[in-house]
Amino acid sequence: MSTYVGTLRRSRLYHSSTVATVGIVLGVVACIIAIPPITARSAVWPVLLGMLAVLFGIAALSRGAGRVGWGALAAGIIGCGLSVLAMQSSVSNLDQVFTASLIASMLVFATPLTFGALGGMFSERSGVVNIGLEGMMLMGAFWGIWGADKTGNWVWGVLIAMLSGALLALVHAFFAIHLRADQIVGGVAINFLALGITGYFFVQLYHGNNVPTGVSQIPDVKLTSERGTSFFAESFGHLNLMIWVAILFVPLSYVVLFKTPIGLRIRACGEHPRAADTVGINVYLVRYGCVILSGMLAAMGGAYLTVGYLNTFNENVTAGRGFIALAAMIFGNWKPFGAFGAALLFGFSTALAFRLPVYSSNAATLFQALPYVLTLIAVAGVIGRTVPPAADGRPYKKQ
Amino acid sequence: MSEPLGPQRRETQPEEIAGAPPTTAASRFAAWQKAGGIIVPILTAVLAFLIGGLIVLATGHNPFQAYWDIINGAGLNWLAHPTNTDVANTAAYNFSQTLLQTTPLILTGLAVAFAFRCGMFNIGGNGQYLVGLYCANWVGVSFVNLTRPAHVLLGIAAAAAAGAIWAGIAGFLKATTGAHEVITTIMLNWVAYWIGNYIFQQGGPLQGPANKPLSIPISGDIAHSARIPVFWGDADLQGLHIGFFFAIGCLVLFWLILNRTTLGYEVKAVGYNPEAAAYGGIKVRVNYVRAMAISGAFAGLAGGLDMLGYLYHFGTTDVQAAQIGFLGIAVALLGRNTALGVGLAAFLFGGLLYGTTHGLQSGTIDPSLAGHLTEMIQGLVVLFVGADVLILAVWNSRRRIKRRRPAPAQQAAEAAS
Repeated sequence: MSTYVGTLRRSRLYHSSTVATVGIVLGVVACIIAIPPITARSAVWPVLLGMLAVLFGIAALSRGAGRVGWGALAAGIIGCGLSVLAMQSSVSNLDQVFTASLIASMLVFATPLTFGALGGMFSERSGVVNIGLEGMMLMGAFWGIWGADKTGNWVWGVLIAMLSGALLALVHAFFAIHLRADQIVGGVAINFLALGITGYFFVQLYHGNNVPTGVSQIPDVKLTSERGTSFFAESFGHLNLMIWVAILFVPLSYVVLFKTPIGLRIRACGEHPRAADTVGINVYLVRYGCVILSGMLAAMGGAYLTVGYLNTFNENVTAGRGFIALAAMIFGNWKPFGAFGAALLFGFSTALAFRLPVYSSNAATLFQALPYVLTLIAVAGVIGRTVPPAADGRPYKKQ
Repeated sequence: MSEPLGPQRRETQPEEIAGAPPTTAASRFAAWQKAGGIIVPILTAVLAFLIGGLIVLATGHNPFQAYWDIINGAGLNWLAHPTNTDVANTAAYNFSQTLLQTTPLILTGLAVAFAFRCGMFNIGGNGQYLVGLYCANWVGVSFVNLTRPAHVLLGIAAAAAAGAIWAGIAGFLKATTGAHEVITTIMLNWVAYWIGNYIFQQGGPLQGPANKPLSIPISGDIAHSARIPVFWGDADLQGLHIGFFFAIGCLVLFWLILNRTTLGYEVKAVGYNPEAAAYGGIKVRVNYVRAMAISGAFAGLAGGLDMLGYLYHFGTTDVQAAQIGFLGIAVALLGRNTALGVGLAAFLFGGLLYGTTHGLQSGTIDPSLAGHLTEMIQGLVVLFVGADVLILAVWNSRRRIKRRRPAPAQQAAEAAS
């Protein structure tokens, strides 16, 4: 018997972080059972689960879990609070907000963020800070719809968008790498430039009005034959092609960054360019490639926004999505899956904000600030410190 | 490149002194630095205008006419004392409007410049400007019993305090957790943006009571006692308010703080080298918070002066269109973070801002097109200022050509002796 207990103690199951993770999951479950489709109307279960989560958190803390333990504690309390809040509102309101299409619209809002965040990640992993994501996304948004309009084919639209993003990224790369300019100043300049260029050509080419309707649009991927009403059909049945591309890009960039020699080179340039140079890696080439790739990815996000989703363009259509993408990348700790998770979270909060006017239009507006507040908390290190690549933002001078 | 520096230098020194009017190498270096200091911003601006002009040309408009229109639109022809009274009146109005735009630009420029001097990049000028504006609006709409100077001063103080707190958050996070101020100020910008959308929207706490039944998302007008007196033009037609002198005073204050106080000394020391400053007994963290708070106070003041000076009310669409804080970045960078430079750069951008969007008279270029031209020029300015390596290379290549010319003559003289 005592050997059995000993094995249990040594096993991973007994590990403090495992306990804490279970606590966090319980907190989330406490929140979920209060909303449709389950819609528990009695406070007993959510509160019980929430308290259990808190207990797990305390248990983990007493075993020295640190931040994860505090996370479990917070998840329990927040889960309790949210579920009680959900019970205060009527079932019909809840049904209106938490439909299956909430997941679809979360993915819609998360897609440009995912593209942008992955792009920013490549650039920063190679050691070039990219605040210009917003600008590159805006370029993609305008030139994408222009291309789709002029050629009549959305494929060309996306390709032209990527080209425009790459060109703007090339400017950033040249100033950041060859001229060793301050990369943050350069990124700010890129954002201004993109705003000016897209606005100027929008007036010049379209006289500032909306582009002609009926522009070739990126098609949806229809997984279910007719517009089904099942949960799966409403969530994933007819998503835009670019959403799937974005989801596909997440594991792809993980493999590229962490499982291939190219990824190792990229990370080496971002962590210690001198060492990378010593072993024969062309630091400038890698950085140029990564910044241009980041411009292309951000521009794809912009192209999705105009060619895939809105099917039109107005001045400054991205409206800060590039900055949320940047936030998602930081929140996700410069990692593909982390960034994707953050993008989903921010996308979810936006999707929720669009449905919250059922309760109060005022609160819904304020809710849009949530991604930024969460990022503030994240960079302040409350939820676990984010660690940028060591040489991020430092120009490298060849010897 | 690892040749011994000492003896080599001494051998070349007399030659250099003989060729140049300034007598010592040190004074020559100082002169060169000074020239570089002025030349870099001027070249930057010229290059940005040149590329902007090329884009105008490429899209089938006359760049000279466009720039001439912008100059007239900004009312600069008023300085040439036009004889035609109609022209003179329009020019005077345009010029007063340019100065009206210059006022907040000076302050948001100072905000960025002050943080820069402490080694920080405050991108949050726009957020700080906005929270200053909100607070000034709130003070202006409430407290209607106050007399004029008290009400105005309270509004200004509230705006500056709001800006200081907003930027202070970023400074505090940097000092305590090491969070990078660029990220935090960007995030705070957007938080301020959504707060503005919230407070002025239909049913928002600061929406004007008269606008509520009409569903107009605009705040109420501030009380007359809270309006800053106008000294040039008509108060109903956006005359120039005395806040302009307030901004000029802040330029002087900025110079005084940095060059004549211990606070300024500490800020600059931290900006040059935080480790060395810490070794010298300066509290680096305290200075981060302090410098950010002062920086934010400048930006908040800009918002306060705009609100109490000529806007009087604000709406959600104004929140979405606000760019003054971002322009401050270009102003500070072009002004090389000095008081005089910021003042001149603010005037340049104030002229561009007004000249392109409101003042255009001849139909050469669409005003909305010209407005985007401003954004492009702004972007190019920031891009080139960031890369003074490039500008200095251009400048030096010109010097090198100049230097090459007297070289044969010198050699001839040496041969003769």
